[in-house]
Amino acid sequence: MVVGLYNYWIVAFLMMAGFYIVVAHGNFIKKLVGLNIFQGSVFILYITFGKVSGGTAPIVESGYTVYSNPLPHVLILTAIVVGVATFAVGLALVVRINEAYGSIEEDDVHLQDEES
Amino acid sequence: MFAHIPALIVVIPLIGAPSCMLLRYRGWSWAVALIGSWLSFLLSWLLLQQVMTQGVVTYELGGWVAPLGIEYRIDAANAFVLLIVSAIGSVIMPFARESVRSEFGTSRVYLFYTAYMLCFCGLLGVTITGDTFNLFVFLEISSISSYVLIAMGKDRRALVAAYQYLVIGTIGATFIVIGIGLLYSVTGTLNMVDLAVRIAQQPPSRTLGAAFGFLVVGISLKLALFPLHLWLPNAYTYAPSMVSAFLAATATKVAAYVLLRFLFSIFKIDKIMGIVPIDTVLLVLAVIAMFAGSTVAVFQNNLKRMLAYSSIAQIGYIVLGVSLVNATGLTASIVHLFNHALMKGGMFLALGCIAYRISSVHLDDFAGIGRRMPWTTAAFVMGGLGLIGVPLTAGFISKWYLVLGALERGWWPIGLLILMSSLIAVIYIWRVAEVAYFKPAPEGAEAIEEAPATMLVPTWILIGASLYFGIDTELTIGVAQRAAAVLIGGAG
Repeated sequence: MVVGLYNYWIVAFLMMAGFYIVVAHGNFIKKLVGLNIFQGSVFILYITFGKVSGGTAPIVESGYTVYSNPLPHVLILTAIVVGVATFAVGLALVVRINEAYGSIEEDDVHLQDEES
Repeated sequence: MFAHIPALIVVIPLIGAPSCMLLRYRGWSWAVALIGSWLSFLLSWLLLQQVMTQGVVTYELGGWVAPLGIEYRIDAANAFVLLIVSAIGSVIMPFARESVRSEFGTSRVYLFYTAYMLCFCGLLGVTITGDTFNLFVFLEISSISSYVLIAMGKDRRALVAAYQYLVIGTIGATFIVIGIGLLYSVTGTLNMVDLAVRIAQQPPSRTLGAAFGFLVVGISLKLALFPLHLWLPNAYTYAPSMVSAFLAATATKVAAYVLLRFLFSIFKIDKIMGIVPIDTVLLVLAVIAMFAGSTVAVFQNNLKRMLAYSSIAQIGYIVLGVSLVNATGLTASIVHLFNHALMKGGMFLALGCIAYRISSVHLDDFAGIGRRMPWTTAAFVMGGLGLIGVPLTAGFISKWYLVLGALERGWWPIGLLILMSSLIAVIYIWRVAEVAYFKPAPEGAEAIEEAPATMLVPTWILIGASLYFGIDTELTIGVAQRAAAVLIGGAG
């Protein structure tokens, strides 16, 4: 049960680890990295349930009858692209925040906002 | 041509986005965005007519037959939301030209219109699609471009607001994608109609339950349902005027539609209520949102922030209608999507007009504004009356059906709560009206004119429409009742 489904355990661990980083860290870059780990766990989730035990890549070839389901893998390619785009926009925002505030620490930024 | 209307509604703004980028010159890119919005509006109108006469319209993208291919499936519910989004886009675009020029100068304006077109395209795509994964992709297109739009605000705090929205929005979207993935792992399909059929055949399982939970939380984050609303006030406050108006009037409406679609069409809500009391959960959150949102709004001096909190309360009304789980409640929710889009869009535009002249949206600077900019202030107050739900405004119609729905369900205390929370809205609207009309302008204040016609006319189109649809409800209620019947009746 535990060993057989180890992929799902990894998914759950990465998901919570990523989420924790987003919530607990005040550094804007670290938060984005946490967000990426969080999204990455979902990629593994999709890839895992697309895999059929004993199945090969879905290429027709004599001698192979069991194939993995390629659809979740293709879906996740799209989700990876979305993740990259989000990360890029997020980093661009952090660069602008750094220019405007001279800091990328959440506490500093809030402090400066309260003072102004 | 007519057979391809569903695809064109999305494709036109999608082509418009790179066109804005390539044309570079701001007048041209504005014109492209304007024409794109208007064409989409025209097509949505034609599509709604078609849906009302023929029933469901389906369109197979690339000729691939559903459920294998991606299908656009338009019934009364999403045809109506398409109309809301494209109508708001079309009215706001003429306003955008002056407003955008005054708020961030002349450089790189074409990039602003590019992001706007992408956001517009994403919102329409989310609404029109019949495929859940396609819905996620469009949702992210609209979200990522809206982060960019919000970050373009003048104040540096816009950057932090956009960043916070990005983090929360991405968590929401990821939750939605987990939910869709779990559904796929149980049913083996992504098509909404197919999902509905296969879920109905499944015995309740933990995977289905988890999928449902992830989807509801993810969509609620996008919807800014209390207590997941924290991104909304800052985002609306610091975004450029035109963006606040556009997002307040469309983005949360589309999220509300997605919630309806998942709760009613894909999962059958009465089946879920046997397992999780989802209606009670939504009811409690909606009522808290109504009161908390309105109460916090009373204490805001930044009027954009006040409207943002008022939006949270209004989202409460929309979700309240959903939680009643009867045709009248759903009608109220769907009609309020439309009415609230008009009122809140119009009020944000009115604030945009005022910000254009006095460069401030603070209550302290509003003294005597009622005499200095009479038309704009009148628009703001008329919109406010709608938010309160005064008879002969569109807001009254929504609340009337909401109270009827609550009584039909046998929940008369909810009817009272709706009235009480409306009274709180009286306070925050009155505060503005009092300062605007009864406080004299400060000594030596510069003489200011009324906002230019290109800004005032769109504002009054939205406010005028909200008054018109408070009297003539044939279109709105007719379509909303049809949409509610489709949602309750199943795939339809």
